[in-house]
Amino acid sequence: MSIASPDQHPGALRSAAPRIAAVAAALVLWAALYASLQPASEWIVAQLPLDPKSPLGQAIAFFLYDTPKVLMLLTLVVFAMGVVRSFFSPERTRALLAGRREGLGNVAAAGLGVFTPFCSCSAVPLFVGFVSAGVPLGVTFSFLIAAPMVNEVALGLLLALLGWQVALAYLGFGLLIAIVAGAVIGRLHLEGWLEPWVRELRTAPADVAAPDLTVADRIDAGTEAVRDIVGRVWPWVIAGIAVGAGIHGWVPQDLLASIMGRDAWWSVPAAVAIGIPMYSNAAGIVPVVEALLGKGAALGTTLAFMMSVIALSAPELVILRKVLTVRLIAVFVGVVGLGILAVGFLFNAMFG
Amino acid sequence: MKDVKVLGPGCKRCVATAEMVQHEADKLGIAVAVEKVTDYAAIARYGIAATPGIVIDGKVVHAGGLPKPEDVAAWLAA
Repeated sequence: MSIASPDQHPGALRSAAPRIAAVAAALVLWAALYASLQPASEWIVAQLPLDPKSPLGQAIAFFLYDTPKVLMLLTLVVFAMGVVRSFFSPERTRALLAGRREGLGNVAAAGLGVFTPFCSCSAVPLFVGFVSAGVPLGVTFSFLIAAPMVNEVALGLLLALLGWQVALAYLGFGLLIAIVAGAVIGRLHLEGWLEPWVRELRTAPADVAAPDLTVADRIDAGTEAVRDIVGRVWPWVIAGIAVGAGIHGWVPQDLLASIMGRDAWWSVPAAVAIGIPMYSNAAGIVPVVEALLGKGAALGTTLAFMMSVIALSAPELVILRKVLTVRLIAVFVGVVGLGILAVGFLFNAMFG
Repeated sequence: MKDVKVLGPGCKRCVATAEMVQHEADKLGIAVAVEKVTDYAAIARYGIAATPGIVIDGKVVHAGGLPKPEDVAAWLAA
């Protein structure tokens, strides 16, 4: 095989055109398929020897319609995010944030946290890499909170399933929690609560040549993201829709309205307390959220539940224990938990 | 003999990266000693923020995500 220099892509222009054509064709096919989901699922349910008004009939109808719908939306969202994320990298983000003052730095870090790609096993190297290169602790936390909290998969699915108001509120309040929580942790000056080896480490950032990406490369990044993420989370999605279908079919209307409704003030802290130790993929939780809202659960309570499931999870805390002392983890969970609590109450008050 | 270090805590991508380096080196007929660096402090000392990373003869050539095989070949041949 021939070895092309990484900064020269002689075939770049030639290979971009067929890819763009393929993406356009896929989008048309996607739209046609999506438009026929509702009639197709109704037809299938009508063929079943079931009363469509019965709990089982309703659960099956929800499942048959939602499974292809959510998986198709997920594919679209993940592809778009894969392309957008090819413009960002942890190295570039760190260079942007290093030496930033708290305040504006927290805002920038939270925003970058949404778009910077990194796999979950990179969380510790990323944390250490940021702190040791001079990114302030509070700014690093803003990044680290925003990255899982404002999950692009959750955002895309909320937008598609529940409308732009809910998606925008989730985005806005997720960023706000990341900014404020990071700023609070920064103000507390808890650098001494890092594990000692992290505190003592000072390294110069490695000078890695950023690869020159072509349009074709970015489209490939989107396709790769679909293969990787959709390939990994689809069982979560189906499990989530199955739970949602169960809620849809069997949970009575008034039960949830009284437990998770707006008048039950204690439901917000209860939702957060239940959500923190729970772990689900963001893609799995959104169908559950959709079903809960359909049964009269209050928006703030439901969002608080979702945020605490996604943003704080036991496996993540175990990984972070390698760099943070138990005291600092407790502060982290406490500050983020309080933020989610505030969002829950605020939402219930706003959308009544 | 080129000295190659693959930096990463041992996740799936890091293992795949190490295998890719060995595979590409074999294809090119370049002798390499591939070592996996899994200690977080050791990884951090190379100054990278995302894993897996690749260090060839002391120089960081890649950080974050699965590299492309042709890029790995180019780094090894350089």
